[in-house]
Amino acid sequence: MSERVVSQPATSDTGLSRRAFLGVTLAAGGGLLLTLNLPRPAWADERTTAADLNPYIKIDPHGIVTIVAKNPEIGQGMKTTLPMLIADELDVEWSNVRVEQAMLNPIYGPQFAGGSLGTPLNWIPMQRLGAAGRQMLIAAAARTWGVPAAECTAARGVVRHGSSGRALTYGALASSAASLPAPDLESVRLKTPAEYTIIGKFTGGVDSARVLEGEPLFGIDMTLPEMSYAVYEKSPVFGARVVRANLAQVKALPGVRAAFIVRGSGPDAAVQMGLVDGVAIIADKWWNAQQALRRLRVEWAPDSVPSQGTDVFERDAARLAREAPHSIIRRDGNLAAALARAAKVVEASYAYPFLAHVTLEPQNCTARVNRDGSVEIWAPTQNPAPGAKLVARTLGIDAARVRVHMTRVGGGFGRRLNNDYMVEAAAIAKRFGRPVKLLWNRPQDIQHDAYRPGGFHHFKAGLDATGRVIGFGDHFITFGQNGHVASSADLPADHFPAGFVPSLEYVESLIQLDAPTGPMRNPGGNALAFAFESFLDELAHAGGRDPLALRLELYGPPRVLPPPPPRFGLKIPPFDTGRVRSVLELVAEKSGWAHRKGLPAGIGMGLAFYYSHFGYVAEVVKASVDRDGIPHVHKIWAAVDIGRQIINPAGAYNQAQGAILDGLGQALHQFITLRDGRVVQSNLNSYRLLRMREAPPIEVHFLRSDNDPTGLGEPALPPVLPALCNALFIATGKRIRSLPIEPRLLRSTAT
Amino acid sequence: MRFSILVNGQRRTVEADADTPLLWVLRDDLHLVGTKFGCGIAICGACTVHLDGVPTRSCVTPLSAVGNAPVVTIEGIGQTEWGRKVKDAWLALDVMQCGYCQAGQVMSATALLANNPRPTDQDIDTAMHGNICRCCTYTRIRAAIKRAAGLPTADSREERS
Repeated sequence: MSERVVSQPATSDTGLSRRAFLGVTLAAGGGLLLTLNLPRPAWADERTTAADLNPYIKIDPHGIVTIVAKNPEIGQGMKTTLPMLIADELDVEWSNVRVEQAMLNPIYGPQFAGGSLGTPLNWIPMQRLGAAGRQMLIAAAARTWGVPAAECTAARGVVRHGSSGRALTYGALASSAASLPAPDLESVRLKTPAEYTIIGKFTGGVDSARVLEGEPLFGIDMTLPEMSYAVYEKSPVFGARVVRANLAQVKALPGVRAAFIVRGSGPDAAVQMGLVDGVAIIADKWWNAQQALRRLRVEWAPDSVPSQGTDVFERDAARLAREAPHSIIRRDGNLAAALARAAKVVEASYAYPFLAHVTLEPQNCTARVNRDGSVEIWAPTQNPAPGAKLVARTLGIDAARVRVHMTRVGGGFGRRLNNDYMVEAAAIAKRFGRPVKLLWNRPQDIQHDAYRPGGFHHFKAGLDATGRVIGFGDHFITFGQNGHVASSADLPADHFPAGFVPSLEYVESLIQLDAPTGPMRNPGGNALAFAFESFLDELAHAGGRDPLALRLELYGPPRVLPPPPPRFGLKIPPFDTGRVRSVLELVAEKSGWAHRKGLPAGIGMGLAFYYSHFGYVAEVVKASVDRDGIPHVHKIWAAVDIGRQIINPAGAYNQAQGAILDGLGQALHQFITLRDGRVVQSNLNSYRLLRMREAPPIEVHFLRSDNDPTGLGEPALPPVLPALCNALFIATGKRIRSLPIEPRLLRSTAT
Repeated sequence: MRFSILVNGQRRTVEADADTPLLWVLRDDLHLVGTKFGCGIAICGACTVHLDGVPTRSCVTPLSAVGNAPVVTIEGIGQTEWGRKVKDAWLALDVMQCGYCQAGQVMSATALLANNPRPTDQDIDTAMHGNICRCCTYTRIRAAIKRAAGLPTADSREERS
């Protein structure tokens, strides 16, 4: 096949600043191929030429449309959502669409699952791609019939000529359309919402039936010819070097094909989630490798005496809270003066623990290093491009010589934005000389994560005589490495209520941390919401205010704030206090908030709002505790504004409900403890995940404001944690200021 | 050692140590990879198969303990009436997110309905307690079980409070 036509460069006016080119190709064997050629990321190899382009859309002569899904599928539904956008504008029957997973390839532009960015980054480009295809198929039919294109319409894979009644299927037109010039992507007309046939319809996941047949879709399911199974043991103390190991003994065990020491790539590798020192055991079967692992004895050499521990951090945090902060994040007005003239000053300290991601599919990767030194990877990764780069850098080859196949991913939650398992598999495969599937066991997975960092907040706020918040301060004790805040351990300077309270001070102090941290579903928000929205609830009660009314007062009248600078090549939607108000009022209405005082004693309702990832989410939790103080959540209501269009209601409600229950599990159960530099928890008996009977009924209401649609993987998570704690305060009179919730503090006999 | 086991109605011969967990025999010897590895200690339920009709954690079931008991996995459960109904309901309600736990969920749900065709919410809680869904699709799992049973999918627990 050859590239036929490339349209003029297009610059989007809807947020994407990147320039896109539409390419058209006649497919081998007939048919139309459309490619959307986004400019290569900086890391891409220039050797990739047009002849290597992979198609986004292929229409075969029988009208079967194959659409490429460019992003990893981690359960967020993008493998279904993005093709829906193309298919709707192309105007084909969804039942005639086949979806293929893309490999990592710079021609697709950004390929990752993170930041709830799949929708905002792709909403317009994917639709334009489909619309351009439709326009070309109409043009091909018009040319065939010798009539103006304006007299033709397309629907459900067929072009019709209005007055003559003639019709041609897309399949029949595909080859002919491929010889036409590609339209300017800027100029293609997109449908109005009333014209959608697929967008907005309940659409099941494209691979769901295959998952239920047990097909090999996940990374862990990969097999290659002559593949062996590998395990990799690293130091329980992060980043320690291997001094020696009983390799000879291990090599003699049943099924073991090799055992060797792998050297890490440097002292920063542990915190950077790169390749760290370890021992690889390779066997004919994974179970044999795992059995051999139990007999492995390694002497580790940490850089210093491992002393880091959760109890040490708590003592350090208490000390730092009494000292001057290390740095100032933000200072508005005069907090000291505001507190001095306040009718009431409220102080409270909040804390939350480190958390692990615990994707149910443990980290794994299959790798083959070819004779020419090139590497082929099959990985359940959320973020393949940095993985390819990491492999290339570590193995000393060009990034273009690392081919990454994106498998289905058994849970992401941010864990697989890092690619440590990928570089391990590549390094082991290179040394072994034959393909390997590396699979971690569960203790390794829990003890070698990039953890959600813990944190401590020391709040101080002043209320005037009417209960209005006139001053707000937070001394945030967080974690860092060598004076820099650790990954996902920061407090953004614009975090609410910054900008909404005249006198405000956010200051920060750092505890040195040797363990890696990283983004976890709604990084920042998953922790900060609990602290800030709980303390806000305290302020409402201290000032004799309805927590809803206090929030409405703080956010003020509906208005649009000045937009922040672009990020991710995306125009960032400005913050709109009217959207805050709308979801707060909606969740209040749906939950019966105004009548909450009529609930029986011992049952409480709590409310919280959080803005994150461009989404506005308000939640109400109704809860009580049993005699042992164990929380019982009766019901949860959520009001969500992510714009005018829910692309796939099937996925959307699932994401919102799942995120809410994910947050509930964190609040009730989850914590990672460090002791002597290592993680204490080792499996799902010591790190508890939410179970069926703990999952309450959830009502999710989408408020469809007239804004471009944004993502939903993350924004519904944060509010549930403070909403639950706020409900438990009403139910028990006891304020939760530390997570996870300790039932003994909620028992009626507790003091 | 050589073992002969009955998997999804077929007699299969495998060469493995007696203490090899059934999970790894299924996945790495028989290439039936629909059954998943999650924790290795029977806590998460991702490895659930039916052993003589009983939902069983294959990650802690030694090969030598299987004997002549028929093993049914996610690859074979669709051949049963309840298995087919459960899978249909799972697809109709689009239960899964990442999907990794769902084979185990379907196996537990099928066993529940085969023994109790009209389960209450409490029955569902009990039968599904051993299956973790990290994506927390519990509300849909509950609804899909009821749909497979031909029951209204509303969550009756709401009425309790």
